[in-house]
Amino acid sequence: MTAAQVVQSEWTKIRSVASTVWTLSLAVVVTVALGMLISALSSNEFDNMSTKDRLSFDPTFISFAGMSLGQLAMIVFGVLVVSNEYSTGMIRTSLAAVPQRGTFLFSKIAVATALALAVGLVTSFVAFFLGQAMLGSHRAEIGDPHVLRAVIGGGVYMTLIAVFSMGVAAMLRSPMLSLGILMPFFFLISNILGNVDATKKIGRYLPDQAGSKIMQVITPIDDDTPYGPWGGLGIMALWVIAVLVGGYVLLKRRDA
Amino acid sequence: MIELEGLTKRYGEKLAVDDLTFTVRPGMVTGFLGPNGAGKSTTMRMMLGLDRPTAGDVRIDGQHYDRLKDPLKYIGALLDAKAMHGGRSARNHLLCLAQSNGIPGRRVAEVLDTVGLTAVARKKAKGFSLGMGQRLGIAGALLGDPRILMFDEPVNGLDPEGIHWIRNLMKSLAAQGRTVFVSSHLMSEMALTADHLVVIGQGRLLADTSMADFIAQNSRSYVRVRTPQRERLLDVLHLAGVTVVESGSGVLEADGGSAEQIGELAAQHQIVLHELSPQQASLEEAFMQLTAGSVEYHAHTDAPYDVPPPAAQQAQQPQPRQWGDDWNRSRR
Repeated sequence: MTAAQVVQSEWTKIRSVASTVWTLSLAVVVTVALGMLISALSSNEFDNMSTKDRLSFDPTFISFAGMSLGQLAMIVFGVLVVSNEYSTGMIRTSLAAVPQRGTFLFSKIAVATALALAVGLVTSFVAFFLGQAMLGSHRAEIGDPHVLRAVIGGGVYMTLIAVFSMGVAAMLRSPMLSLGILMPFFFLISNILGNVDATKKIGRYLPDQAGSKIMQVITPIDDDTPYGPWGGLGIMALWVIAVLVGGYVLLKRRDA
Repeated sequence: MIELEGLTKRYGEKLAVDDLTFTVRPGMVTGFLGPNGAGKSTTMRMMLGLDRPTAGDVRIDGQHYDRLKDPLKYIGALLDAKAMHGGRSARNHLLCLAQSNGIPGRRVAEVLDTVGLTAVARKKAKGFSLGMGQRLGIAGALLGDPRILMFDEPVNGLDPEGIHWIRNLMKSLAAQGRTVFVSSHLMSEMALTADHLVVIGQGRLLADTSMADFIAQNSRSYVRVRTPQRERLLDVLHLAGVTVVESGSGVLEADGGSAEQIGELAAQHQIVLHELSPQQASLEEAFMQLTAGSVEYHAHTDAPYDVPPPAAQQAQQPQPRQWGDDWNRSRR
């Protein structure tokens, strides 16, 4: 058995279930649509803003505002790709066919990651261009300094969110439990921790808070974050590696 | 060939599989029999490397399962009918299994045809009946044209036509020289298909014997006799060398004598008979006798199981046991 065979098999698996299509389409639609809406609103509000806010105005980052909601669809995608195996009982058939559990898990994650990256990049570019169109005269251009990095980074960010969810699902196995932890964490808890002064210093090391730094082009004036865009992405990547290792170790040890 | 050596699985305090050693040989159907909860499925999962044994070893053609290159080409297994993603079509389910083991895609159509699912190849598995799911699982087992096949309770929930089909399939696979290992909790089912029998109860090996030997040893035949002149008949039969067991309410069970012989003896001595009938204890009874001490879950009645009439009066009837006996036993 070669890894290439298993990758091909995992591609057949992922393309033959409906959840792949609807989770990924939802991620694109929600991210782009919400980004456009917020961009349009921000453009109208610009004239009423304080000077400080105007100086911090980051049209690129604003066009990615839809990701706060769109990433939830990416989380569902990542969780379902892995936990479907357990909730359906397919895992026993899969591991009987591919008893090398590391090959099985990482082939699955590689295929899902490649797909998430493709969708993430498309989402990110579409969200950027349509968002800028809404911003009118306050728009950023793709050729402006750091903008391309932010746009590609947006796609990578969405991908890493999905991979993080895959790792968590590999550890927890149950789709309900995984979603029940990840959705409120990324939608509420992380935001609260990152915005309350007392917990801000810890909150900014959470995967989404750190990772989203890559999408910033203009650093807010009073920002004292001790890492830059690449540092933030690195912190997020460390989180992802940690959960993947956890998922692998548990899969290796557990009875299927 | 599948070889088990001292295979043991412990879940916390409980021994699910206890030091199993036996070999499953090619060219025949080996029945794996035991009451519910005896450890059959756990044993099969360990054979496939899904569960890790606490102790002992399983080898498939001399190798550990996870050392097999493209395992589906060595051993095909049906574990449970619903071990598949319901949202995937039958064809894609088999295709992803084939690809992972480097099996050519045309095999998918071939096995779908073998199990009779060609017409629903593009339908989602969640719309399948239990019987269709079972057939799809079997198609997956046949995919790699393996020399060893393993089926866990394949007839469960099937209609008579499906049961007939599976029996014939297993026999024809064994006739091709393949190793066929099939579990069941029904002795009657095994009697129809298996050539060899491995019986377990509470994880322990109770019998490893050919089906013919099992039948010869366990299906006691006797003649059931009722008479108002019990003492006289006992004397007569004793003199004629026929062993008689009294089984209560005036019924005698005569071993080692034919109904004709007993009838003629009774006529010679002018003994009135109210009943003279040859009986054969069924294999199901023999199986229940064998596993009586190791039944994991039984209904809460005085006897450990509902015994059909002839056996109810048998001398070897197990002692009524108390609720909780098994629980205590399993905690040892």
